[in-house]
Amino acid sequence: MSRLPLALLAAALLVAGPARAATPAPGGDAGPIRVRSARVVAPDELRLRFSAPLPWTDAENFRLTQAQAPDIPIPVLRVRPAAGNRVVLTLGQRLLPAEHYRLELVDPPLAHEVQPAAWALLLTVMLAAALINNFVFTRYLGLCIFFGVSKKRDTAVGMGITFTLVMIVTGMLSWALDTFVLRPLRLGFFQIIVFIGVVAFVVQFLDTMLRKTHPVLHRRWGIYLMLITTNCIILAVPLLNAQAGSGPLDSAALAVGSGVGFALALFLMSCARERLEFARVPRPFQGLPIAFALAGLFALAFMGFAGLDFFR
Amino acid sequence: MSTVLHPGPRPGAWQLIRNGIFAENPVFRLALSLCPAVAVTTTVLNGLLLGVAVLCVQVLSSVTVTLAKGLIHPRVRIPVYTVVIAVWVSCIDMALAAFTPALYAQVGLYVKLIVAFAIIISRLEVFASRQPLVPSFFDGLGMGLGFLIALLTIGAFRELLGNGSFAGVPLAPGRPLLFFALPAGGFFSIALLMALFNRVEQGGRGGAAGPSRPTGGHGV
Repeated sequence: MSRLPLALLAAALLVAGPARAATPAPGGDAGPIRVRSARVVAPDELRLRFSAPLPWTDAENFRLTQAQAPDIPIPVLRVRPAAGNRVVLTLGQRLLPAEHYRLELVDPPLAHEVQPAAWALLLTVMLAAALINNFVFTRYLGLCIFFGVSKKRDTAVGMGITFTLVMIVTGMLSWALDTFVLRPLRLGFFQIIVFIGVVAFVVQFLDTMLRKTHPVLHRRWGIYLMLITTNCIILAVPLLNAQAGSGPLDSAALAVGSGVGFALALFLMSCARERLEFARVPRPFQGLPIAFALAGLFALAFMGFAGLDFFR
Repeated sequence: MSTVLHPGPRPGAWQLIRNGIFAENPVFRLALSLCPAVAVTTTVLNGLLLGVAVLCVQVLSSVTVTLAKGLIHPRVRIPVYTVVIAVWVSCIDMALAAFTPALYAQVGLYVKLIVAFAIIISRLEVFASRQPLVPSFFDGLGMGLGFLIALLTIGAFRELLGNGSFAGVPLAPGRPLLFFALPAGGFFSIALLMALFNRVEQGGRGGAAGPSRPTGGHGV
């Protein structure tokens, strides 16, 4: 048993191997200078560490842009050399921790991608998936389940929790299968079958396990488990991850965010629909039409989250 | 699951198709597979593409399951149905990506999500797994057509109001009611169209019918 993690690690290294070999090997004095690390140390300061001392440390030597807007350089005000081949750039505007930046040097000519901090990425992706691009209200996914289960608050909470947990498990499993099996073997066209297979497998497995080990829990949550298979979100998240080529952290964040977003939408909707029981609704609108109109109102409200950002 | 199987003699092809379009319209009556109905119907063409995809997947899966029903053990039937649907969805997905790349770029994700549509698997479960080949074919055709027509209706409604055009051809200057092309407008469009559907139905019965809750079939 204890060999399994080692074997997994070895597999991961094997897969990651070619990518690593593509970057220039660290040379001696004659080798090219490269960026060892780049960190945002203050809102407007970027600390770079090079493999050798830089010959030219004027502000004109550095060009920093947002990865999404490569034509608009961010002004570099000052360059302050520090110990250990380090250089601190003071910038004319604040850097966002969750943003990708691109750094270019004139002499020596080199380019470097400044990766966002892990925690910032996690928070941003989760926030976007849960609120800004809420899967139910702005991407219209999982509506069958959404309208079916949101009649009572109890069932809505149950479904929300079950769904979030299963979403995390299947999201990570699908990501691992996609990254370590489908991509290296170029079996991308099997994506749909594999992802839905993972969902069906996880749901069936959890159902059987729960029934045997915790019958009480199973009586309470089992019904929601079975409904999950027909929820589009559970399939959309792995597909979106595969499309974007996300790393493990983004994938997990998207899974958590989508689960939380779905649970939130269900909870809000169920609260509103319980009130609807006592409202006088015109006959043609009774049942689903009024529920749709209600969802439309929620969607309008959620449009207000557009542009929300932790780091501005 | 509120699917009415016709009692008595075997229903004819035309009756099965009409059943899928009107009496058991997947979107307006059974309230199944709503995600794409709201998501891709900002224009008629998007609706058409997804409608055609669902039609093909429904017919092909129905036929496959009918032909293979002797081989499927009842206890593993749901996973088997899922795999059958997933295989056909993969085929249709690749075909659409190859032949209509521009449209596919907009609705690609939803084509892949056809796998998780409740309507297809529920038709396999209640109809195709119990009926012979020919009725299954026409049932799949009817359901697919019902879905296609519903998507076209919603798409036309939203494109006309939101963009002032039909199938990309501009009919009105500017954008009359942009709201209907926005995400939230999709929900309101469906609410209005469903209410209209109910109104016509209730009006046809002289308004004397009891409090009808025609939409109890969701959440399979």
